Amino acid sequence: MTREMTGAEMVIQAMADQGVKHLFGYPGGAVLPIYDAIFAQTEVKHILVRHEQGAVHAAEGYARSTGKVGCVLVTSGPGATNAVTGLTDALCDSIPLVCITGQVPTHLIGNDAFQECDTVGITRPCTKHNYLVKRIEDLPRILHEAFHIASSGRPGPVVIDIPKDIQFAKGIYSKPKEFPHTGYKPKLKGDIEAIKAAIELMTHAKRPLFYTGGGVINSGKHASALLGELVKLTGFPITSTLMGLGAFPAADPQWMGMLGMHGTLEANMAMHDCDVMVCIGARFDDRITGRIDAFSPGSKKIHVDIDASSINKNVKVDIPIVGDCAHVLEDMVRLWRTQAKQPDKKALGDWWKQIGKWRDRKSLAYRNSNEVIKPQYAIQRLYEATKDKDVYITTEVGQHQMWAAQFFHFQEPNRWMTSGGLGTMGYGLPASVGVQLAHPKSLVIDIAGEASVQMTMQELSTAVQYRLPIKIFILNNGYMGMVRQWQELLHGNRYSESYSEALPDFVKLAEAMHAVGIRCEKPGDLDHAIKEMIDIDRPVLFDCVVDQKENCFPMIPSGKAHNEMILGDSGVNLDGAITEEGKMLV
Amino acid sequence: MNANVPSSTSHYPTAPTAQVDVTHTLSVLVDNEPGVLARVIGLFSGRGYNIESLTVSETEHAKHLSLITVVTTGTPMVIEQIKNQLDRLVPVHRVVDMTLSGRSIERELAMVKVRGKGDNRVEALRLADAFRARVIDATTESFVFEITGKSDKIEQFVSLMLPLGLVEVSRTGIAAIARGPDGM
Ligand SMILES: Cc1cc2nc3c(=O)[nH]c(=O)nc-3n(C[C@H](O)[C@H](O)[C@H](O)COP(=O)(O)OP(=O)(O)OC[C@H]3O[C@@H](n4cnc5c(N)ncnc54)[C@H](O)[C@@H]3O)c2cc1C
Ligand SMILES: Cc1ncc(C[n+]2csc(CCOP(=O)(O)OP(=O)(O)O)c2C)c(N)n1
Ligand SMILES: [Mg+2]
Repeated sequence: MTREMTGAEMVIQAMADQGVKHLFGYPGGAVLPIYDAIFAQTEVKHILVRHEQGAVHAAEGYARSTGKVGCVLVTSGPGATNAVTGLTDALCDSIPLVCITGQVPTHLIGNDAFQECDTVGITRPCTKHNYLVKRIEDLPRILHEAFHIASSGRPGPVVIDIPKDIQFAKGIYSKPKEFPHTGYKPKLKGDIEAIKAAIELMTHAKRPLFYTGGGVINSGKHASALLGELVKLTGFPITSTLMGLGAFPAADPQWMGMLGMHGTLEANMAMHDCDVMVCIGARFDDRITGRIDAFSPGSKKIHVDIDASSINKNVKVDIPIVGDCAHVLEDMVRLWRTQAKQPDKKALGDWWKQIGKWRDRKSLAYRNSNEVIKPQYAIQRLYEATKDKDVYITTEVGQHQMWAAQFFHFQEPNRWMTSGGLGTMGYGLPASVGVQLAHPKSLVIDIAGEASVQMTMQELSTAVQYRLPIKIFILNNGYMGMVRQWQELLHGNRYSESYSEALPDFVKLAEAMHAVGIRCEKPGDLDHAIKEMIDIDRPVLFDCVVDQKENCFPMIPSGKAHNEMILGDSGVNLDGAITEEGKMLV
Repeated sequence: MNANVPSSTSHYPTAPTAQVDVTHTLSVLVDNEPGVLARVIGLFSGRGYNIESLTVSETEHAKHLSLITVVTTGTPMVIEQIKNQLDRLVPVHRVVDMTLSGRSIERELAMVKVRGKGDNRVEALRLADAFRARVIDATTESFVFEITGKSDKIEQFVSLMLPLGLVEVSRTGIAAIARGPDGM
């Protein structure tokens, strides 16, 4: 479509042309023309949040649960700065977003005008790319290019800063066919020689494993299907990062659970002892590697990643493959199927026996109680009550997040939304708003902590306004539990400022916000209360009062290697677990 | 990265201590658009990389391209990161490691102001001649010399001028180009 329209109209038209159904935003002076354009149409539905950070997290949840680009609209100055945490979160976790920010009129830029801030300057390090639009002629191209950049290659957030005069200006709009940014061409196909070498290495492996991550989710559902196929074909064990959960079904016997700082013993021991590591779409994050010089010392490493800068960043690998997971996995599956050689069945059998021994240690075991709800038990019951439903989980950040990762099991990609890289408390509630909008009929639960949830609590109003029946399941331990756990490890149990003092009455709070509040304090009441929560077709704030002193295990203390985990039931004294040097690394 | 933490206990990725720092010259071909230099410099400062020298200029007006030449130091692993991180920026077309290609010519230009009388003045002129520096400004008590060449030649010249009354130096930074018939 080619016709004359204002810059503001172009913004909405481009979104409609990109298939955008929902836009999360908050109005202000510098975006009023765009709000006027929203008013005049019905294709793109605007969702009014209560804080711009919430808008970005909601768009993240929307994007992660659908694979589409999430869209945000905020005003200049405080609107833009409030969005910064969400943008950084999306950058860290590779979430595709397009965020439109209003800007003061071009002639006032640099003048310290009312609600002016250097949005492109502030967001440069926290976006994949950003633009300041200075001419109306550039706007149609920039709008569409932003969607392309956000969603291709390694996905990420893109900001378009549009001065108010450009929003009023008239120009010719059409959807461009190609983009002049010739420098930007993500590489999808992996180098076939490298892939052949990888298959060769895998065929001769005696103790192989797959270590997969968020990149498989980014690559789309097809990538997860291909991963499943390759894992089945090879018979290798598989573990995943926090960000990759769901790409491979947790119910499968080849699944070892999550790895890393709070991963299972079997996953971490297998990482340490393997001879061939096949890393697909994961980035050797420090929560995974632990002590870098003791990280999987005896293995040859294959690394598939679309972003060359993720390869050899922390850990030197033997076979780097730059490409998209789905493309590379397709080649791997084909080559594995057609090759003549067979892997060493006997060695693989021994390897599985060893893994079985680690599994027998039951590293996720905890001591349950009849008196007080153990947080792990709460997640287990939540899982049992919802596993046969069409369920999506978001989380906040802290112990509850780790317990959710350990005890809620995902069989499909895009069902698990969590803030991994930035670790943003306050992510989960608004994210669940976005997820619920994208999946109106599904059960969407934010597994929360009582401290985190207060960071973006106000978005409950958004859920109420749009009749989004999200469930906020608070594991209320009365502490910033994750902080308290580290204070036990590092600072002699001195709980400096980590007690959640003066908590609101969450049930009354829910009621005041026209949602439903439920409190549960006894293990015996839990199943019934969870059922009640699920059955209510409105937003529910569930105050699950849990053991205040429970800690999250297993755990690789900072400064230690994978084979030096502490287990929950091993009764270790936390005080001595970390060396002086290790204390600096938390 | 925490510098005072031995890497043997590091929980964060630190470069193996066995790696020593090396200096590389990178040619970075970028779209000539506002903010592109800020992106490159922001990347270096934000990620703690070193910039030893930086030059920017438009190369082909019609194609809207600029060439950034940056000299940086780091371990081989960090140098690889820098190249990959630069390559990831949307307006960056190409990153060429001039040091790796091994066939590059590097030059810079400096203007050197020297103040002095008598023997010092004569000696300065004599040395300038030996270094093929040109006099581009003169008063009865000062000279400004223009000198081009490799950085070490310039540094040597400047250090010789120091005892003779060096006032100030203005250097362009390094420009680099590959030998032979092919472009980047
Ligand atoms: C309190 C807390 C504790 C944590 N503890 C743990 C823990 O115990 N274990 C754990 O695993 N994590 C943990 N994390 C999360 C951790 O910080 C990292 O976010 C996470 O490990 C990174 O996951 P990833 O390696 O899969 O990378 P992601 O951040 O998901 O990055 C994806 C990688 O895949 C690449 N990629 C993207 N798209 C594609 C594509 N299409 N094709 C190919 N490659 C692609 C990207 O370039 C990138 O390298 C914790 C976080 C918090 C907040
Ligand atoms: C915005 C933000 N501020 C601070 C932190 C540091 N932090 C990590 S976990 C945590 C405590 C979380 O407490 P809660 O939400 O109650 O979860 P719990 O650990 O008790 O399950 C804090 C303060 C963070 N991750 N994000
Ligand atoms: Mg808590």
